[in-house]
Amino acid sequence: MLDKKQIILIKGTREGLSLFIEESASFHDVIKELKEKIMASKPKEEEPIVSVNVKLGNRLLNEEQEKALRNIISVDNRFKITAIESDLISREDALKWREESEIKAINRIVRSGQVLEVEGDLLLVGDVNPGGKVVSTGNIYIMGNLYGIAHAGVTGDREAFITASYMKPTQLRIADYISRAPDYESDGVYMECGIIDEDQDKIIIDSLKVLSRKRKEISGFERRINNG
Amino acid sequence: MGEAIVITSGKGGVGKTTTSANIGTALALMEKKVCLIDTDIGLRNLDVIMGLENRIIYDIVDVIEGRCKLKQALIKDKRFDYLSLLPAAQTSDKTAVTTSGMKEIVAELKQEYDYIIIDCPAGIEQGFQNAISGADRAIVVTTPEKSSVRDADRIVGLLEKEDMSESPRLIINRIRNHMMKNGDMIDIEDIVQLLSIDLIGVVIDDDEVIKASNKGEPIAMNPNSKASIAYRNIARRILGETVPLQSLEDEKGVFQRFKKFFGMRA
Repeated sequence: MLDKKQIILIKGTREGLSLFIEESASFHDVIKELKEKIMASKPKEEEPIVSVNVKLGNRLLNEEQEKALRNIISVDNRFKITAIESDLISREDALKWREESEIKAINRIVRSGQVLEVEGDLLLVGDVNPGGKVVSTGNIYIMGNLYGIAHAGVTGDREAFITASYMKPTQLRIADYISRAPDYESDGVYMECGIIDEDQDKIIIDSLKVLSRKRKEISGFERRINNG
Repeated sequence: MGEAIVITSGKGGVGKTTTSANIGTALALMEKKVCLIDTDIGLRNLDVIMGLENRIIYDIVDVIEGRCKLKQALIKDKRFDYLSLLPAAQTSDKTAVTTSGMKEIVAELKQEYDYIIIDCPAGIEQGFQNAISGADRAIVVTTPEKSSVRDADRIVGLLEKEDMSESPRLIINRIRNHMMKNGDMIDIEDIVQLLSIDLIGVVIDDDEVIKASNKGEPIAMNPNSKASIAYRNIARRILGETVPLQSLEDEKGVFQRFKKFFGMRA
């Protein structure tokens, strides 16, 4: 093993271990060597769990391979995978990524009974009437009146938010949070945003100013790069 | 070649049938050849409001199923030669009417008549689909109530998907003056803004309308009622005239406020 070129290289860093996998080796060899190496440096029962950052270089794993890798590292042994990083991205993922990070500008009225769903951020030039619903995986910007339901970050992005020129929604939903209009008759608000407030653990409506403080990366693309 | 206009609302009881009867009557008063079609199979009312119930022999289902010719089923109005009614069936199965059957009937009537007024049933099911299938344009009726406006919005959304020559127009029916003044009713402005379609008329809530309907005489016949004037004005707007909205009160000023919403295209 010493004379052969190493396929797996483990380095200790402040955050835990970095596990480099030689990109030219076959996956079969990778698994074989990984099993040996990981066994050797497995933490003992009384030791704390060690984080591992897997670096694939120019290798792209398919779902099965990734599962196999995760199994060896985190299930069979006491390691925690913080990330599996590859310098590559599949065409499919790239297209999906672009789709999700785009702002979709749509000019229409979303009337009662209608649902407008988009991937990525939604810029709606028009109203959402009572009984109407807009849904996006990213942020929702409404240049118009929001009377119906808006659901931002529908796939679970709690950083997503909703803005509207005039806001008097039936419900605001962000990721898995829901807030509804009060039961008493109230006036709507102009130029405000709905955002999850972590301290109160609920959706709050506040002036647009808070966005510059609380959501610095307003563009979906940047946000997703930063969040992986 | 005539034009077919469907009168619809989504919600029941907002005055579709009364509106259909009165617009039809008002158009006939202006010497247009009008045919009213009642598409509310099983719950026909238009014949009652027009006072023509006792003349029905055949109905729309008989026409579709080939038991009679279209001409045989048409009832000539007792007041005008210009006005006819194609009644709905009261007993037959609803499913008898199809969109293609409706289209055929409307197309045939368009050869003869200037205007075909189609009275749509409440709801958004097959009956609604049938009623709108033959129409060239639509008039949506709403009252100044939240539920009614909500349904009107739904209907406008559905109508926008249809292939009609013009976008739908709006009638706000049963406006009560004192409630408007107190702010207990939704403003006309707010309704128009929410639905964002052109307003073609505003009809005041008038006891005379109910009285007239019970007598089988559409209110549009009576030149002294405010509601009647409103219907006549709507008819003139359908013909393309520019008629300012009637003042609901006797004061001036309100008139000006409504006028700006009234974006008639010639």
